[in-house]
Amino acid sequence: MSDDHKKEIDELSGVETTGHEWDGLKELNNPLPRWWLWVFFICCIWSFWYFVVYPSWPIPGGATEGTSGYTQYKELAESQIEIQERQEHYLERFEKASFKEILNDEDLYAFATAGGAAAFKDNCATCHGSGAQGSKGYPNLNDDDWLWGGDIEAISQTLHHGIRVHGDYDTRQSQMPAFGKDGLLKRDEINQVVDYVLALSGKEHHEGSIQSMPGHKIFQQQCASCHGAQGDGGREFGAPNLTDAIWLYGGSRQDIFETVYSSRAGMMPAWKNRLDENTIRQLAIYVHELGGGEDSQKKAKVTAPKPEEEKTHAEPHDPEEEDTEIEATAEEETEERSDEEDDL
Amino acid sequence: MSNDNAQTQDIQLFEKQKRIYPRRVKGFFRNIKWIAMLVCLGIYYLVPFIRWDRGLNAPDQAVLIDLNRGRAYWFWIEIWPQEIYFIAGILILAAIGLFFVTSLFGRVWCGYLCFQTVWTDLFIAVERFIQGDRNQRKKLREGPWTTEKLWKMAVTHALWLAIAWCTAGSFVLYFNDAPTLVYSFFTFSVSKTVLMFIGGLTFMTYLMAGFAREQVCTFMCPYARFQSAMFDKDTLIITYDETRGEPRGKHKKGADWSHLGDCIDCTACVQVCPTGIDIRNGLQMECIACGLCADACDDIMEKVELPKGLIRYDTESRMEAIAQGKDPGKLHFIRPRTIYYTAIISIVGSIMLYALLTRAPTDINVLHDRNPLFVKLSSGEIRNGYTVKILNKTHENRTYSLSLDGLNDATVDVVGSGNLDLNALPVEADTIGTYKIFIHAPLSPQKPKDITLTLKDNETGFSQRHETMFITERPH
Repeated sequence: MSDDHKKEIDELSGVETTGHEWDGLKELNNPLPRWWLWVFFICCIWSFWYFVVYPSWPIPGGATEGTSGYTQYKELAESQIEIQERQEHYLERFEKASFKEILNDEDLYAFATAGGAAAFKDNCATCHGSGAQGSKGYPNLNDDDWLWGGDIEAISQTLHHGIRVHGDYDTRQSQMPAFGKDGLLKRDEINQVVDYVLALSGKEHHEGSIQSMPGHKIFQQQCASCHGAQGDGGREFGAPNLTDAIWLYGGSRQDIFETVYSSRAGMMPAWKNRLDENTIRQLAIYVHELGGGEDSQKKAKVTAPKPEEEKTHAEPHDPEEEDTEIEATAEEETEERSDEEDDL
Repeated sequence: MSNDNAQTQDIQLFEKQKRIYPRRVKGFFRNIKWIAMLVCLGIYYLVPFIRWDRGLNAPDQAVLIDLNRGRAYWFWIEIWPQEIYFIAGILILAAIGLFFVTSLFGRVWCGYLCFQTVWTDLFIAVERFIQGDRNQRKKLREGPWTTEKLWKMAVTHALWLAIAWCTAGSFVLYFNDAPTLVYSFFTFSVSKTVLMFIGGLTFMTYLMAGFAREQVCTFMCPYARFQSAMFDKDTLIITYDETRGEPRGKHKKGADWSHLGDCIDCTACVQVCPTGIDIRNGLQMECIACGLCADACDDIMEKVELPKGLIRYDTESRMEAIAQGKDPGKLHFIRPRTIYYTAIISIVGSIMLYALLTRAPTDINVLHDRNPLFVKLSSGEIRNGYTVKILNKTHENRTYSLSLDGLNDATVDVVGSGNLDLNALPVEADTIGTYKIFIHAPLSPQKPKDITLTLKDNETGFSQRHETMFITERPH
């Protein structure tokens, strides 16, 4: 065992030993460095100041509040106000501008797409994917295929009122019959429809004309009212265009059979009461500008020239011309659809 | 614990800094040091004020590192952050240049050019001016606090702080417009950041040149430690000619000096040394090769009518030859080591020069969208999105055209507000223009295709290419 309190001065260094000895080994008791001690003392003094001024000690029911009244909630609120003030510069004009004006203004456009991107990641990405690419049953917002319309007003309407939202009177609403489950069609009839749809979209090649297929007659009776006589979709019903390359619920025979048999009814929340108006407008613009937005007359298309040919300069579209054209088309479409409805 | 007798002594593991009071000295090397100091300080303090016109929106300071805009300006040369490798090149050149000069002439950097040496020398000169030469300074500092000591110390430190403040201020002038900043000082409208930097640098200059001095060279600077790697037998170093000087001893007037060496043990070389060493002990780590001891000794040698050069710049191989009584021969400046250094400097220098001369006024960066990689359109075509960054390094607003190679039947669209034309994309002077483009083409499932985007400056026709990929579904 050690001999306690036998402190000695070590000859070599002039420093006192601790007084203990372990198997012949002794330890020098050097003092703590002076600079270190001073830093320590200053930290202690500082901490006393901190205890008084800032929230620090836990007490039943919370903690000591501190004379400064600082809380992290307050700091958060202050920084949010600061952000709001910084955005005022854009929001002032953004609130009053129409969609068309925003698309033409560089600053507002940037503000809208940046804000939309941020809001998208928080609210929409859970279903539509972080890059808006969707998945089975959740539309890819990058493409130019739209169930309910792809112009900004239509997108805005979809955002505000959602799709098949219970309790929202302006929600997008339609119901595809479950032809198999509800016994409207027999199994072999459904298979004929599936064949027809596959032929319509060009996924499967059929010998002879499409009209001669047995599924054609069934389609005209059961499906054309929503999906259109040519199968090219019905936006009023959110009925997809069956002739294009996009398949929301899958384009394999299995998937299409499942769709016809059990029907599909996608749902989307109504954001009117969840997000403020400015955010929804930003989202509408963001989604529209993802690349598939309709009536986007602001883009000038130029075909990539082959190396040997001369470059051809495309003329930018005249916005005024475009406007009237599209309005006319929209009117025509609604006329067509109402005609079809009358026939049925 | 046994009692050791007699031979043990207290070993101090820590040695307190011994204050050094270098004596005034006149001579060849001292003059070189004064000139070097004048030139270095002159350049340092005055260069920020040189003007260089670059056009309307660009800064007109010749030498400027604009951190806000991300530009480095050196007279007619302009460097963007993407070209930071020039800085790396300069550092390499500086390092190899240093090794080269050191292998030839020894620690000339340490003795004449290093900022620690220059500012310490300046501060000592100020100290000497106020407080007197070596003996007077020593008496004043080690003596009690009298009125005289008080005002002399106060003035010295005030002058030191003033010089340190100007030095720190000058440093900041390289990062801001000089006249504007100096003016804002006199109107008390300097920013907190600038004040912080100047405050910090003032303190550091004051500390290093006023107090730390030779401790930096001895303990802090790594260069002192690896100098031996750069010396060889033919490097010029400060040498005390032992063969000639030993045995040293006091030369009394009228007595017989034949048994003595030339060194009269006047310790002049020790008194003038700024690092406080005795060069007669040979080359030491602390010796910064400033040559002041050579000057001091030469001065004394003149007075006792002995030949100069008892302490001089000489090489190890020559000293060895002298010690053995052989002919020392000439100095060998051209040897393998110096040839290698020259070669490396030439190669790196030419690479940098080439890069600088062929610097493009325009550049393009293409970033492929990562999320999603591709989109299938309703027509069955595949669309890829890209962000194109156009670097307009000129000082004029320009328009550019973008074209695509490597994809058949492709269509390129530019996305954004207003009417954007792929053949007239505007980018302001000295900025990066960012444009989002979509390329869509009919493509069967296959591996990613290599495509090339070509940017052309509409005014000069200069074009730059960038390779990227067009991605579609993988074949099943």
